[in-house]
Amino acid sequence: MNRRVVITGTGIIGPVGKTASESWKSALEGVSGIRRMSLIDPEEFTSQIAGEVRDFDPEEHFDRKLVKRIDRYTQFAMVAAREAYAQSGLEGSIRPERLGVIIGSGIGGIETLESEHKVALERGVGRINPFFCPMMISNIAAGRVGIDLNAKGLNFATVTACATSGHAIALALDMIRLGRVDAILAGGSEAPITLTGVGGFCQLKALSTRNDDPKTASRPFDRDRDGFVISEGGAVLVMEELESARSRGAEIMAEIVGAGMTCDAYHITAPAEGGEGSARAMVLAMEDAGISPEEVDYINAHGTSTQLNDINETEAIKTAMGEEEAHRTPVSSTKSVTGHMLGAAGAVETIFTAFALREGIIPPTATLFEPDEACDLDYVPGRARKADMEYALSNSLGFGGHNVTIALKKYSG
Amino acid sequence: MSLENRVTEIIIDKLGVKPEQVTMEAHFDTDLGADSIDQYELIMGFEDAFGLRIDEDEAAKLTTVGKVVEYLREQDVDQ
Repeated sequence: MNRRVVITGTGIIGPVGKTASESWKSALEGVSGIRRMSLIDPEEFTSQIAGEVRDFDPEEHFDRKLVKRIDRYTQFAMVAAREAYAQSGLEGSIRPERLGVIIGSGIGGIETLESEHKVALERGVGRINPFFCPMMISNIAAGRVGIDLNAKGLNFATVTACATSGHAIALALDMIRLGRVDAILAGGSEAPITLTGVGGFCQLKALSTRNDDPKTASRPFDRDRDGFVISEGGAVLVMEELESARSRGAEIMAEIVGAGMTCDAYHITAPAEGGEGSARAMVLAMEDAGISPEEVDYINAHGTSTQLNDINETEAIKTAMGEEEAHRTPVSSTKSVTGHMLGAAGAVETIFTAFALREGIIPPTATLFEPDEACDLDYVPGRARKADMEYALSNSLGFGGHNVTIALKKYSG
Repeated sequence: MSLENRVTEIIIDKLGVKPEQVTMEAHFDTDLGADSIDQYELIMGFEDAFGLRIDEDEAAKLTTVGKVVEYLREQDVDQ
């Protein structure tokens, strides 16, 4: 496989910014996007805080008719895809048949599902909105982006909970390597801040209840962490075959050099002992990239701020990298400021990792005050750190035991 | 508000079209860009607004704005 794949566009809309560069700036400066929930009345929930996309007016992006026919999760995907596509400069220089889309969602249009279910119960099934199905399904963001940007190549969604957009990127890498298309809009989106979305995660005891201090509630690797903070948003990358990008003089952000995908085959929500599955994903990604642990200069962790994830991911990094290299390698979790954007998380973090490689600076684990005894790696606490890096990994792990690691390389021509 | 105006408002709201497009002669498909699901949603909108049920065979005949107004007038809907 000689075809190399680079990033030529990025788009993020989320709790710490309405563009990729704005979000990256917040991640670097440790500016939290977590607040008390406003989209729903949080009073009855154990967790009352979230990373919402604030002041989002869909009519700034779409005409009124379209706004009513696309769920909030699709709106985020389309906004992020437009940003990435505009940045890539691909429009007019790629045949639509050679442009693909792989954009997933952990859940899909849950807000639409809830509201139409209410209609069905209160007014009868005959009053369900005829657009209900094509609004709610978790592949419709990919379909809508295809229509919006006239991308006529391969088009589908991945659905692996919090690993969703990690898988989208991993599959896009292989699809471009195989020559099925020349460029892909890859990513994920999520709009889970609804009654059942938040209620469900509360019932799992997965969410932080640090309601009196939202800004430090997401505390990856911290001794006092008490769960993740639910967030929403969308993130999309333009991934493109290197020669295609070079020949049209595109600005290249970073190269994607490998991916590893595994399953724990252990438990529906808890990670396998010692993060065994996640460790194998990291090893596979390094093998795919043709690099050794000594060459990895940074790891953007899944780092959710739950008890189990952070301990097991730490163990996984040690297993994959070897004890010595694990302690040498900076690891950080940008979920400290974004919260957990579920299906969008992997793409957000891959984009942050690309920015880190390009700019030579590692975003911090902004809210790490006192590390857990069992979390003894260098988590870049508090402040960003300058570092000359060549290779980095980005981890995403999802309910179902899905593990995916993306390997990136600084692009230097 | 006249029946014509109420119907026009519903069409503007559902289809996102401009008021001047909604003439009595306008066809929902060719003039107002409504596909079959759009048209079904529109029928539901009329049903909700005027408190009646329009059966499928009848709905299929309502291809222009004028035909909807005429139909609703025949039904003696509450204005």
